[in-house]
Amino acid sequence: MKIYDGKYILIGLVIFIAMATFPIWFSHGKAAPPPDPKLDTPVINQMPNKQCVLSKQEMITGHMQLLNVWRTRVVRDDKRVYVAPDGKTYDMSLQNECMKCHSNKSQFCDQCHNYAGLQQGVTPYCWNCHIAPKENK
Amino acid sequence: METSRRSFLKLGGLCALGLGSLPIVNALAKTETSPEFVANPRALTAKRWGMAIDLKACWEKGKPECKECSAACHTIHNVPDIGNPQQEIKWIWTEPYGGVFADMANSYLPGDLAQKSVLVLCNHCMDAPCVRVCPTKATFKRSDGITMIDYHRCIGCRFCMAACPYGARSFNFWEPRGYIKTELNPTYPTRDAGVVEKCNFCEERLAVGLRPACVEACNKDGRTMYFGDLEDPDSEVRKVLAVRYSIKRRPELGTGPSVFYLI
Repeated sequence: MKIYDGKYILIGLVIFIAMATFPIWFSHGKAAPPPDPKLDTPVINQMPNKQCVLSKQEMITGHMQLLNVWRTRVVRDDKRVYVAPDGKTYDMSLQNECMKCHSNKSQFCDQCHNYAGLQQGVTPYCWNCHIAPKENK
Repeated sequence: METSRRSFLKLGGLCALGLGSLPIVNALAKTETSPEFVANPRALTAKRWGMAIDLKACWEKGKPECKECSAACHTIHNVPDIGNPQQEIKWIWTEPYGGVFADMANSYLPGDLAQKSVLVLCNHCMDAPCVRVCPTKATFKRSDGITMIDYHRCIGCRFCMAACPYGARSFNFWEPRGYIKTELNPTYPTRDAGVVEKCNFCEERLAVGLRPACVEACNKDGRTMYFGDLEDPDSEVRKVLAVRYSIKRRPELGTGPSVFYLI
């Protein structure tokens, strides 16, 4: 079989495949490190029973819904105290309650948010208004 | 199948009884779960929060440039100081009497009354025009009479600013963080560019049992600002309103302000 201008076509094809697959072979073996949210803040270290508002699994998958419900209850309904399933009460405040324990925003929140490709200051935009605790980096 | 009228009615009655028991079952089931969200027990509550400002006392306090109340408020709420009067952000500030009470002023006011400073803030109107026009219900009326802004929901359309007859609302044209000249209060959020803000009668302080910051700051020396429940005849604001003559800003508009001025 004879391909007209086969030389040029093959060279072009090779260049095209090389460019099209560039992202695959360029980043091969260079996977972004998985997120590693740290819990070693002074407050958490002193807790005898390291228990968040809900179970760890529920917090990982549902913290955004929980925060949204808290926002509604506090801002719109003026209910500020959350009674957890274990009977403990929490002041529903991202800035004053969540961050009291998780005072390491860059090592905790940002770890997963950055890994998931959430753009800083756009999603979630909590910190445009809410003030993150000062960290000693 | 043959059914007598008697047994049919019996069966029907039993069915009706079964359906009717649903609310009872629901009520019994509900008592087992504890409430998930409760109000802070220390919170100050009222049916309608209101304020009275003693203009005479405010003027007689002597210091012509006294800014204690607004300084306290603006520090606590991280209010930025933009510096440009067209874009400034203010929660509580002063305006000349002739402007605040333009409908009552006449050409022959005694002395320099027309120029005297009158403390102004959001009036937390009973029938607030800002609440009515807000397209997203970001501005809403709480059951205790506070007109509140949900900054999460505000889209910055500024209808409320056009609607408010008292100019009590300010728009964040810029990212406010860089303009906060006072020390940042880490327990209260700032705002974002593109939202409207105003006085909130210190609802975050009322929720933990504290009175508004301006009232606390002002009343350190002398009694100028009174705060309390307008529906409670024994509250300090009602007591002072009962003995002193008071006026409201632009009552003819029918907005029903909750801020009174003692004269």
